[in-house]
Amino acid sequence: MKRFVQVFLVVMVVFGTMLVAQNMDEIKVAAVFSMTGGASGYGRMTWEGVEIAWEMYPEVLGIPIDVYLIDTKSDKVEAANGVRRAIENDGVLAILGNIISGNSLAGGAVAEELKTAMVSPTSTSPLVTEGKKFVNRVCFIDAFQGQAAAKLMQELGNQKVAVFMDVEQDYSVALARFFEDTFTQSGGEVLYEYFKTGDQDFSAQVLDAIAKGAEAFYLPGYYQEVALICLQAYQNGFYGDLVSADGADAPETVEIAGEAVEGLFLTANYHPDAPAFNENAEEFLAAYEKKYPGEKPAAFAGLGFDAYMVLLKAIEMAGEPDREKVAQAIRQIKDFPGATGYITINEQGNAEKTVTVVRIENGQFVYDSMINP
Amino acid sequence: MRPKKLSNTTQTILTFGLVVLAVLLLLLAEDNLNTYLVRIISLTGVFGIMAVSLTFVNGASGMLSLGHAGFVAVGAYTSSLLTMSLAQKQTSFLLTGVAFPLNTELLSNMPFLPATLLGGIVAAGVAFVVGWPSMRLAGDYLAITTLGFAEIIRIVLLNASRFTNGSLGLKGISPFTNVWWSWGWLLVTLLFFASYAKSSFGRALRAIRDDPVAAKTMGINVFRHQLVSFTAGGFFAGIAGSLYAHWLTSIDPKPTTLGMMLTFNTLIMIVIGGLGSLSGAVIGAGLFAVLSELLRVVESDTVLFGFRIAGISGMRMLVFSALFILVMIFRQQGIMGRKELTWNALWQKIPTSGKRGNRNA
Amino acid sequence: MKLQLLVQHMINGLSLGALYALLAVGYTMVYGILKLINFAHGEIFMMGAFFTYFSITLFGFPWWLGMLAGIAGAALLGLLVDQIAYRPLRKAPKISALITAVGVSIFLQSLAIVVFGGVPKSFRGVYPAFFDKIFIIGGEIVEKRGRQVIVNGIRIPAMTIITFAVTGLALLLLWYILFRTRTGMAMRAIAMDSRAVSLMGINGNRIIALTFALGSAMAAVGAILWVGKYPQVWPIMGFMPGLKAFVAAVIGGIGSVSGAVIGGILLGFIEILAVGIMPSLAGYRDVFAFILLILLLSFKPNGIMGKKNLVKV
Repeated sequence: MKRFVQVFLVVMVVFGTMLVAQNMDEIKVAAVFSMTGGASGYGRMTWEGVEIAWEMYPEVLGIPIDVYLIDTKSDKVEAANGVRRAIENDGVLAILGNIISGNSLAGGAVAEELKTAMVSPTSTSPLVTEGKKFVNRVCFIDAFQGQAAAKLMQELGNQKVAVFMDVEQDYSVALARFFEDTFTQSGGEVLYEYFKTGDQDFSAQVLDAIAKGAEAFYLPGYYQEVALICLQAYQNGFYGDLVSADGADAPETVEIAGEAVEGLFLTANYHPDAPAFNENAEEFLAAYEKKYPGEKPAAFAGLGFDAYMVLLKAIEMAGEPDREKVAQAIRQIKDFPGATGYITINEQGNAEKTVTVVRIENGQFVYDSMINP
Repeated sequence: MRPKKLSNTTQTILTFGLVVLAVLLLLLAEDNLNTYLVRIISLTGVFGIMAVSLTFVNGASGMLSLGHAGFVAVGAYTSSLLTMSLAQKQTSFLLTGVAFPLNTELLSNMPFLPATLLGGIVAAGVAFVVGWPSMRLAGDYLAITTLGFAEIIRIVLLNASRFTNGSLGLKGISPFTNVWWSWGWLLVTLLFFASYAKSSFGRALRAIRDDPVAAKTMGINVFRHQLVSFTAGGFFAGIAGSLYAHWLTSIDPKPTTLGMMLTFNTLIMIVIGGLGSLSGAVIGAGLFAVLSELLRVVESDTVLFGFRIAGISGMRMLVFSALFILVMIFRQQGIMGRKELTWNALWQKIPTSGKRGNRNA
Repeated sequence: MKLQLLVQHMINGLSLGALYALLAVGYTMVYGILKLINFAHGEIFMMGAFFTYFSITLFGFPWWLGMLAGIAGAALLGLLVDQIAYRPLRKAPKISALITAVGVSIFLQSLAIVVFGGVPKSFRGVYPAFFDKIFIIGGEIVEKRGRQVIVNGIRIPAMTIITFAVTGLALLLLWYILFRTRTGMAMRAIAMDSRAVSLMGINGNRIIALTFALGSAMAAVGAILWVGKYPQVWPIMGFMPGLKAFVAAVIGGIGSVSGAVIGGILLGFIEILAVGIMPSLAGYRDVFAFILLILLLSFKPNGIMGKKNLVKV
């Protein structure tokens, strides 16, 4: 046993050194993504987009770019470690990531400490960029998404809404609160139903909401639970409107819940048919369809693409691969034509952009409307 | 013929020398290694405390507790809420606001040492309350009830959002934990449990472990002894939690942060190190911290001879759990068994094998 | 609470309880024979779901054959786990076997993540469409957004009826094996006194292996029904149901098969009704099971159907 451990350690050390002894004539960028664990689906989709952008634009300032993956296992300790290792051991110029907000908070603290720019493609919690100089994102923030959902609910003519809150996800909690604020201010009524990530049975909550006379359900959460809630709402005889958020903007929602999610509305970052079109969006769509024939990109892929493109643009603007200059350049970006719409990064590092409302019709995600900030 | 045992004075001098050597090594490490490696070294110390306190509860007294992460979480939350400044709390608790006793100056901005101690004390209190009903149960029921209690603690942390900020967790905890705090506390933990094991109390515990019925007939109060050691284990788990929180700088009650995964990881450490051995627990913790960093290679893409080989995600946990099962089947005693790495044991090894050890317990 | 709502909650609770019961039976059988909490039981449940999923989607088996393949696969896996991980530890202290079981549980979970990926796979459309039918009793027809819909009826999904029928059949089969065959008699005998049984010339290891296979097959039956009701398969789907089923087995009195069934159904009921009655505590849902367990162990440690155990010195 001891001998085995010794041999094993030696092999690992050899491997490690091979990785560190690398070519210096390239710009290294680490994608610190959740490739396994609870959020792995989002990580994989986002990575598809990054890969496409990287294949289209493999160099900047005449220097080749090397993008490589670090898996956070959807865990914030791993996220913080991964970012630290990328910056200190691998000498990256900037970080793409992380995917979920909790991980971005942990990883962002490290990036801030080590003065290295980080661009999160998908983290929507307001805290992610709060007070940070080096942490940015290309997606919208939860506050805005929750407000948009409340406006949508009113447009649909609902007065009493049951909000299903996942107490385990800060993403869900924040969306629910922002929704409540906006919705009650304009005279609506909100009742809460609670659940926890990984729960499978929501029949009791659904029945309670129906019994209390909810006209519509607002479901801020991730697709695993949202799909099951919709399914059980359908099975238990709920016929009102269903509105969810970008966490359910994944093909699995339809695969799992089938006809139960017919008519479900989502506040999303992106839809290929939305009118905010530009040359980058078209290029991205073409490249995606070439690489994955017969498939349409998910919003996460589009955001992954945009995160890479925004970083590339910032390196170009900085004029040299210098960490601090790149970080400053990111916040100068205005009306950048991204695949998910025109992106302006404001002083807080947040992207100012429109919310796309998507509806599920005949099992397809179709474009519905736009809600402006 | 040389003497079979070393004199007590020699042993004390050697131990003292080792501590001085360790201090020098840590000083050297802090100055010369990059912060990433230094952080891994401090994490190893924190893992060491978790492993030592769990192995004491499990190995030395024969109880299998699967609720360690619960006490770590209690310590982490208590101390973090105490060291955070009032302003930080108010920005963190942006959805619900801070509840009464926590929103006072008195319970904010506390220095690290008293906050950690309080974290340990509160965790010990919780361990006592959990232990009271649990300790009356036989071995395997205990495992499940402690697991259940840890889950209850986690879910309460999740739902009591005015005290714990719920799923948002606590952010912006000051990064107080460095190699000195973590290894210093590890030394304290080791000294405490080593002398505890040597005392009459510890001997009674071993008697209970080997045969609870016989121990009972000898007049040993099984319940009291087990409850006291369970509480002591809880105290040091709380200390480890405080150090862990101030290492992470942000904590939340998700299963991967302070939930069952942490208990399992600690269990892996003590199984590899040897159940019931304090020095084994430290070795196990060190191996775990180092291996989990090295094994990242199998999870990330590797370039070999110009080809990019895709990493396999989730591979690390597979390797650890396979190692765990193999150890249990083929070498149940782990690296150290129930033995401890002592100067005497080393002394007797020198002429035959010449192996060197680096820890003393 | 209105009567119609209460009835609906009870139907939902009963169908969840039946699934817990199937899982709890496997726990209780293994515990009865080996005095070992097979921590990996929930993971065998998960693997059963994956085997069924891949037999149907990847190998193109018809759905019923896929189910049988899933059951056979889980039985084989249970047997393998016993032979590889637990058998070498028969003579070791009980605690070692329990720790190994925890290790096996993490191992199978990580294996599933590495081999199948961490992303949940949809189980919808894998079974024929009549599994998704919903029967409605009573209620009135109203018009909502241009559609004729029925409100206020009591709804029974086809899956619930199938769950009851299959659970009943599986338990009947199990009862037959345990009480009407020689193997079953040997199983019960080992549970009573393993040393005496080996003295009587019964091959203990063979019987233990069969118990594992049978218990795992029951878990797979549970899994097959579970994914019909909650149509997604993913590597950690077995963890919480596994723990809850263990609680159910303890409530019923561990070692007793009928106790496990009663415990499972009771737990399903309590979980659904507790949320139905106190919806604001739904976030604490998983706590209910554990609190029940702790209370029970403090006041009636041998469960509802359990016999009192005396420690022999």
